[in-house]
Amino acid sequence: MQGPLIETLARQGVTRRTFMKFCATLASAMALPPSAGRAMAEAMAAAPAASKRPSVIWLPFQECTGCTESITRSHSPTLEGLIFDVISLDYQETLMAAAGHQAEEALHAAMAANDGKYLLIVDGSIPLGLDGAYSCIAGKSNLETLKEVAKGAAAIVAMGSCAAYGGLPHANPNPTGAVSVSDIIKDKPIINIPGCPPIPTVITGVLAHFLTFGSLPELDKHGRPKAFYGETIHDRCYRRPFYDQGKFAKTFDDQGARNGWCLFELGCKGPVTYNACATVKWNGGTSWPVESGHGCLGCSEPDFWDAGGFYKALSMPADPLKLAAKAAVVGAAAGVAVSFVNRGKKSAAKSAHETTTLADLEK
Amino acid sequence: MNEIQLLTWVRGDGLDYAVGIFLLGVIWRLFEIYSLGRKKDLSASRSVAGASGWHTIFRRSLPPAGMVKKSPVSYIGGYTFHIGLAIVVFLFAPHILLIQSLTGLSWPGLPSQFIDLAAVVTMAAMVVVLADRINKPVKRYLSTFGDWFTWTVTFLPVLTGWMAVQHLLLPYTTMLALHILSVEVLLVVLPFTKLFHAFTLFGSRWYNGTVNGHKGVAV
Amino acid sequence: MSASLEKGVRVLKEVIDAPIASYFSSCVHCGLCAEACLFYTETGDPKYTPIHKLEPMRRLYEQEYTLLGRLKKMVGLSKPVTDAELGEWQELVYNSCTLCGRCSAVCPVGNDIVYMVRKFREGMSASGNAPDGIKGAANRTITIGSPMGVKLPAVKAQMKHVEEDYGIPIPLDAEGTEYMVMLSSMEIINFPEYLGAIAKIMKQAGKTWTLCSTAFEATNAGMQIGNSDLARVIVSRIVEGAEKLKVKTVISPECGHAYTALRWEGANLVGRPFTFQVKHIIEVLGEFQEQGLLKTEGFETDKLTFHDPCQLARRGGVIEPQRKLMKMVAQNFVEMPDAGYMNWCCGGGGGASAIEEGEELRLEAFKKKKSQLDAVKPDRLVTACANCRIVLEEGLEHYQMDIPVIGLTEMIAEHIPDQTQSEGA
Repeated sequence: MQGPLIETLARQGVTRRTFMKFCATLASAMALPPSAGRAMAEAMAAAPAASKRPSVIWLPFQECTGCTESITRSHSPTLEGLIFDVISLDYQETLMAAAGHQAEEALHAAMAANDGKYLLIVDGSIPLGLDGAYSCIAGKSNLETLKEVAKGAAAIVAMGSCAAYGGLPHANPNPTGAVSVSDIIKDKPIINIPGCPPIPTVITGVLAHFLTFGSLPELDKHGRPKAFYGETIHDRCYRRPFYDQGKFAKTFDDQGARNGWCLFELGCKGPVTYNACATVKWNGGTSWPVESGHGCLGCSEPDFWDAGGFYKALSMPADPLKLAAKAAVVGAAAGVAVSFVNRGKKSAAKSAHETTTLADLEK
Repeated sequence: MNEIQLLTWVRGDGLDYAVGIFLLGVIWRLFEIYSLGRKKDLSASRSVAGASGWHTIFRRSLPPAGMVKKSPVSYIGGYTFHIGLAIVVFLFAPHILLIQSLTGLSWPGLPSQFIDLAAVVTMAAMVVVLADRINKPVKRYLSTFGDWFTWTVTFLPVLTGWMAVQHLLLPYTTMLALHILSVEVLLVVLPFTKLFHAFTLFGSRWYNGTVNGHKGVAV
Repeated sequence: MSASLEKGVRVLKEVIDAPIASYFSSCVHCGLCAEACLFYTETGDPKYTPIHKLEPMRRLYEQEYTLLGRLKKMVGLSKPVTDAELGEWQELVYNSCTLCGRCSAVCPVGNDIVYMVRKFREGMSASGNAPDGIKGAANRTITIGSPMGVKLPAVKAQMKHVEEDYGIPIPLDAEGTEYMVMLSSMEIINFPEYLGAIAKIMKQAGKTWTLCSTAFEATNAGMQIGNSDLARVIVSRIVEGAEKLKVKTVISPECGHAYTALRWEGANLVGRPFTFQVKHIIEVLGEFQEQGLLKTEGFETDKLTFHDPCQLARRGGVIEPQRKLMKMVAQNFVEMPDAGYMNWCCGGGGGASAIEEGEELRLEAFKKKKSQLDAVKPDRLVTACANCRIVLEEGLEHYQMDIPVIGLTEMIAEHIPDQTQSEGA
């Protein structure tokens, strides 16, 4: 296997064997057959000259750049990052050297040159409030830009929870009227890669799949690739046995926490969160939140921000006794009212009593 | 509405309303029932040891001699599902947490494997009791819509809870939301159906025991 | 001629109280009460399930005294109680319920079903839906003085007979005695030995006693029919008689419901506590036995068993005295299965024996008693209730079982040595 990519990697100290292994791992993480790993490796290694590489346009909207940080700064030298060597990232505000009019020109040039073929990556939500005035680039609202750029895209990747589900800006009370990509674009294939931020491997895997097979992987009903979002954090968690045994950390510094017991009681949302953190991990497989001693926040789920407190156990309700006192008072009032009516009725019947005589036994 | 929104609603507003209606209903119904009062018994009492309302409250939890043989399904099935429900409701760690968050009270739970077994046994007993209701002429004769309805609303929380833990049919989040929702339905209907016996049976046993205790009959 | 549904409903509204509300709210339709009811166990017909016998009253309770029930009635989900329905229920409330109380004893949620049947009968009688048999008995008790039409002259004739046969004077209207003895019509007409037995026993115990000319009849058809107004008229005679004669204790005869009417309902009917005590003859005998005032000689040698009258045992709390008394005079005393607290009813209590059209059902239900008797095969059957005795005799005859039925008091008296003779010898 040869090609510009292999040479680039060699310069970064990554051997061909390591690259093959990475592709195989990626394929297996996506539950693809072993042959797919080789196919991926070949497809990526044979990446053509810069001018022919698939064009990718990355539009940032209401976002924090965390998703970009995740993919670029996860670890170094980056195998995930190598994906940028097989694509032509024609527009990415944070990473591109160009700015201002030059950047806009690059965008429109890429759109025109690759019409109908380019891949659109979006991170950040789209504000609809005040006609989109909350977030504008080059004098255009995000909504306008999205509609314009999406028109010529082959597919759209909604990167991160904001683009996928509205994310943090969408949280109650959603002052900017933020919505997700799929709320606006209905006629293009959209793949959601939620997470705050999403796992770099997931991004790479999806891009590799697209490059290799020219299609999007299988998605769940929330538009997430099943390969990475098929199981809950809880199901794959290495602390799961403690949950089953009923061994829970009660505070972050008690003996249970030191023993590495289950963080359910400390608010872990693992049981209701579908993501690959427990298997793929972060920072090159170093660790992940639960391993570091903190419960899962559920960031890859729609509306995770509004799904109860982060430190409230999943079994704990928001505030069920809020109405209780009022309800008890209303119940008592209703009960007392009914009691009065009943007692009145009963004594009315009593005072209307006519002493029965023998004759009164007959109709 | 996605499943997290559903879950959030059932854990938030939904539970607020359910607990509210439950408390409202229980207090209202208790007033409605017990405010009717009763006449003082003017006959001379004959007191004997072991005969009183309190004795009956406890004693009626045990079957009278010979009755288990007459209706084994009612007794064995009844005991199994009542005790099973108590175990599943009060000794499952997440449930204890909920109670703790509401009341501050907490106690040790049982391993989830054991709870799992208890849930299965409880459901099996409930199915047997239902079959008995369908098969036994007396039970079928007495049964009204309320009996089938209350069986269903009691069974569903156990079933959905067990299915959520076992990851059956629907994703955990959805099942958990349905589980909590089914408990809320149970809470809402409890004061207004025969399920209210959970409260009034103490009063009923007490009245029965008191009347008989007055006569010197230990029941 | 004024009984009406409206009146019945009004009376039911009067009598429905917190216990009834609690009982109806507690029922889970488990059907265990049916297993305790001999009318169900012997016929297998689910309509005889005790709690079902109260269905019209339950609906009325729900419609009148619960908010939800009122709503249900308004939107037509709960049908109003009709006169025809109450008429249909007559068989269930009277013919097939003897107020025996076994259902109340087994109900797992603690419902006192008999308590409710007794109250339901108030509404049934006020709406003109009581059976003719008991109505007739009530009529005779109120107008003539006893359900079987016995008048004072007949009692006096009995007294004379007994005085002659036993050589013991029978006091009538004696003031300030310790005991006032009541009779039941059955005893006056069918079992005159009872009065002689009392005379012997009292003489041996050295107690003063009397009959009362204005209150000799203890039975209370008013209570059986379920009408407190009529029951009050009947029980007031006894109260007035006992107060006029200033007796310490009124002795209820061997009659179950007479005991309940006087001992437990009496004070509540007249609306004030009694100034005298009320005891069943078996209680009195038990006391005499304990105090050594009852001395017997000789033993019955054949196999005897004892039928506990429901109102005496389960509903009256007198269970042990009769057994001690049996052992005093019987060498071969055996217990039937379920004897004592959970004994099965004869099938004719609570007024049921007065209902002619209920006879077939009564005999069907008697199979329960038959199976109890078949289990021990006694030579004779002892009891302490004249009504049980009649019903048992009828049932035994129907099933061609040759088991004589005797009263416990008479049997005890037969073993009391004739004092005049022994003194003279």
